[in-house]
Amino acid sequence: MIPEIGHFALLAALAVALIQVALPLLGVWLGRPRWMEVAVSAAQTQFVLILVAYLCLTWSFIDMDWSVAYVASNSHSQLPLMYRISAVWGAHEGSMLLWVLILAGWMTAVSVFNERLPRDVLAMTLAVLGAISIGFLLFILLTSDPFARQFPVPLDGRDLNPLLQDPGLVIHPPLLYMGYVGFSVAFAFAFAALLSGRLDAAWARWTRPWTTTAWLFLTLGITLGSWWAYHELGWGGWWFWDPVENASFMPWLVGTALIHSLAVTEKRGLLKSWTVLLAILAFSLSLLGTFLVRSGVLVSVHAFASDPTRGVFILEFLAVVLGTAFMLYAWRAPKLARSGELNLMSREGLLLFNNVFLVVASAAVLIGTLYPLFVDAFDLGKISVGPPYFNMVFLPLSAPLVFLVGIGTVMGWKQARLGDALRRLRVPFVIALLVGLSLPWLLHRKSELMAMAGTFLAVWAMLTALVDPWQRIRAKKNRWFGLRQVPRAIWGMSLAHFSLGLWVLGLSFVSLYSVERDVRLGPGQSVELSGYTFAMEGVQHYAGPNFDADRARFTVSRDGRVLAELDPEKRRYRAQGSMMTEAAVDHTPMRDLYVALAEPLENGDWAVRVYYKPMMRLVWLAGVLMALGGAIAISDRRYRLASATRRAAVAGGAEAAA
Amino acid sequence: MNGLLRVVAAMLLLAVCGQAAAQDDLAPPQQERYRVLINELRCLVCQNQTIADSNAPLAADLRDQVHAQIVAGRSDAEIIDYVTARYGDFVLYRPPFKRSTWLLWVGPFALLAVGLVGAMAFLRRRRRDAVTAQSVDPERLREILEDKDA
Amino acid sequence: MRWQYLLPVVVLAGLIGLFVFGLQNDPREVPSPLIGKPAPAFALEPLGGGSAVGVDSLKGRPVLVNFFASWCAGCQVEHPFLMELSRRGIEIVGLDYKDTDADGLRWLRQHGNPYAQVLADPGGKAGLDWGVYGVPETFVLNADGIIVYKQIGPMTEDAWRTRIAPLMAGGAE
Repeated sequence: MIPEIGHFALLAALAVALIQVALPLLGVWLGRPRWMEVAVSAAQTQFVLILVAYLCLTWSFIDMDWSVAYVASNSHSQLPLMYRISAVWGAHEGSMLLWVLILAGWMTAVSVFNERLPRDVLAMTLAVLGAISIGFLLFILLTSDPFARQFPVPLDGRDLNPLLQDPGLVIHPPLLYMGYVGFSVAFAFAFAALLSGRLDAAWARWTRPWTTTAWLFLTLGITLGSWWAYHELGWGGWWFWDPVENASFMPWLVGTALIHSLAVTEKRGLLKSWTVLLAILAFSLSLLGTFLVRSGVLVSVHAFASDPTRGVFILEFLAVVLGTAFMLYAWRAPKLARSGELNLMSREGLLLFNNVFLVVASAAVLIGTLYPLFVDAFDLGKISVGPPYFNMVFLPLSAPLVFLVGIGTVMGWKQARLGDALRRLRVPFVIALLVGLSLPWLLHRKSELMAMAGTFLAVWAMLTALVDPWQRIRAKKNRWFGLRQVPRAIWGMSLAHFSLGLWVLGLSFVSLYSVERDVRLGPGQSVELSGYTFAMEGVQHYAGPNFDADRARFTVSRDGRVLAELDPEKRRYRAQGSMMTEAAVDHTPMRDLYVALAEPLENGDWAVRVYYKPMMRLVWLAGVLMALGGAIAISDRRYRLASATRRAAVAGGAEAAA
Repeated sequence: MNGLLRVVAAMLLLAVCGQAAAQDDLAPPQQERYRVLINELRCLVCQNQTIADSNAPLAADLRDQVHAQIVAGRSDAEIIDYVTARYGDFVLYRPPFKRSTWLLWVGPFALLAVGLVGAMAFLRRRRRDAVTAQSVDPERLREILEDKDA
Repeated sequence: MRWQYLLPVVVLAGLIGLFVFGLQNDPREVPSPLIGKPAPAFALEPLGGGSAVGVDSLKGRPVLVNFFASWCAGCQVEHPFLMELSRRGIEIVGLDYKDTDADGLRWLRQHGNPYAQVLADPGGKAGLDWGVYGVPETFVLNADGIIVYKQIGPMTEDAWRTRIAPLMAGGAE
């Protein structure tokens, strides 16, 4: 009964979504405010309905209803409750349900928090979001029904993919989807603006906090995914340029570009047609990612079990949504007013170059990801494009960008004087240079050119990020007062740029100074790595709730002093018989010590992988801080205050016009 | 269903075998070459993994081959030739530069060049627009006024 | 309408074309670089023992070379069809890949033996030289000992009729 309620709720949601598209658009066209207002209640109703469906599926999982095919395929009677709840999004069907739930959530948020938007813009925005929802609801109902029953009912489930039985994976997909789907709001705003022809600074101001919010979730999602891969896959890697990773990285890059170009459009009213294109592109790449991950056109470590009919559906949907958006863009964008002066030596001038680098970087990822398909399509053979390619191409595309960040943040808007900027940058430059030249040698007694360059860029980005707030504080007599006077938007930006520097630092050291060894170890034996001694004490069997495991005990010591005890595991999940590696890591901000069991050998020995990874933590810390920067920026009071005053102005203007 | 079978099959493969501890008898520079090579070769049976990361039997065989050939004194290029002669360019995560891949290698940088030149041209046009707008406007205004007078 | 505003639509259309192709294609199937080249040399003992056999023994007539193993699920799938082919008089040489003689022989006793000759490749060295990456794989050799086709995965009636039989023409049937 419960699954049928869920299925019915989805059908009802589809009906509501249809209304949410049709009535408000008609209302805008015919000038009927009442019809436009339907959008708000429709969006909220849709959210409730999809939530009901989602809870029904969750209930089926908790209740272990093996008559539901999806539940039986992705759960097991021995699966702990936490994973039974998260198993809802453990495979294709349920994760699509999470997708539409989050979409409806964003929709509802728009309907609640943007009551200050002009009525018609709100109506059109919600109609566009409703249209996207229609597509995905149809997709679920026609090709990927999570509520489908099966007979005969199996005695037990086939268990959740063991790779996904990890706390990191419990929250990774929701965060990632919050980001992916969140770009739909910027997309819908852009679409509405193109339709209405009102694309101005106010549009940029509405779009900005939504974009930043989506971006910060995406940042967290990607960071968490990387952290999970590091712990769970057992080979010490944290980014592999796998198609699925690229699918999340491309919208992130374009989203980052969008955040910056929105700043230009809001502050100066410039780059309008470019910004609106980026808003469309960011969501396009989200949809593209969904297609790549679920259609099976590319081979990936963690793609969903694929089904061509689903691929065809998403492709058709993608063609319709993006085709419409880009056609509308081609039609309307040339008419957007071009005005205002734009100088190279100004913040907006440099932001233009920021956009060039970010968009080209995103394009490079796209080219690398799709090139095997391209070569195959023209019958030129089968090739692979992997980390060596991406690292080689990405470095020259991103290093200048990091350098540019430092200059951009101290440059004023409109027309800045180069001399002023250079004067402010003198100290950070000298310090960065000194640290860059010395730090690699001080830490590792080995100066590599790349490490020095990386450290220089990292310190440069971190210090220059602080220049702006510092000068704002110094300008006030009372420093404490000055500290509080710095707007949160500035704090947020500075933190995000500082994190970028931190990220570059971690990345440089971990990729250049990591040491790894594969060794054969038995109890009582030890291996030395970068001055650390890893001694294997012994291996024990134990039984988990739904797996059996070998757990080894390692003692890590340096100069005779014990630093940590690490317990890596090799698990065998009973239901599917699959083996999982649980790495054990001891970490400080300066280094990770990583041990993973590769496989048992004869005589109780094990093939063991040990890694020393300097500054590994900084990479993820930077990701979290970057997201935090975004959160601080959107909490800036001007979004609340300013929108309130503009609302008054718009209302006043409307009355005057009437 | 088929896809699911494939995933299950891949996982079973993952479960079967693993990394032999093969590098210890190599001298440090050879160890380094071994590391680099096995991290740039793709495991064919796996989803998308290097032979260094994969626990599949074929990956172990290929690692052993790389190891044996390094011991036998073969150069990196010879080892790569050995693998591609059997499995094609597909096994190389660093695609070779040739007729079918030049676009892959050149594309991003060509785009960057286009982007940078485009941005510079855009800025120049903007500045000229701004300058002419300032210098022309009063003149046109006068013309219009004179026209009106006449 | 200025042309650059149409660029996104053009790129989108190109990508969609690419994906339409991609959906009809299995990205996992890797074509062999050995096609059109002489079959790689080996010296393998027959399953169950005997003196080593070289690759030259395969020359002189079209032959199917089938890599199989007792532990391989796909091999059981194709096995009935291989039996059918051998009944039709097609010469199939089996290479028992990464298997023990005992397991291989038991498997053949149990399921029947479609092979004119079965060679053992316990270490997988021949498999590696032939570019085998997942059994079953079947190579089609012409009379000159040149590899003309490679079937990845189980042999099917369809693949046989549309692609392999024409290549073997002049042989049996």
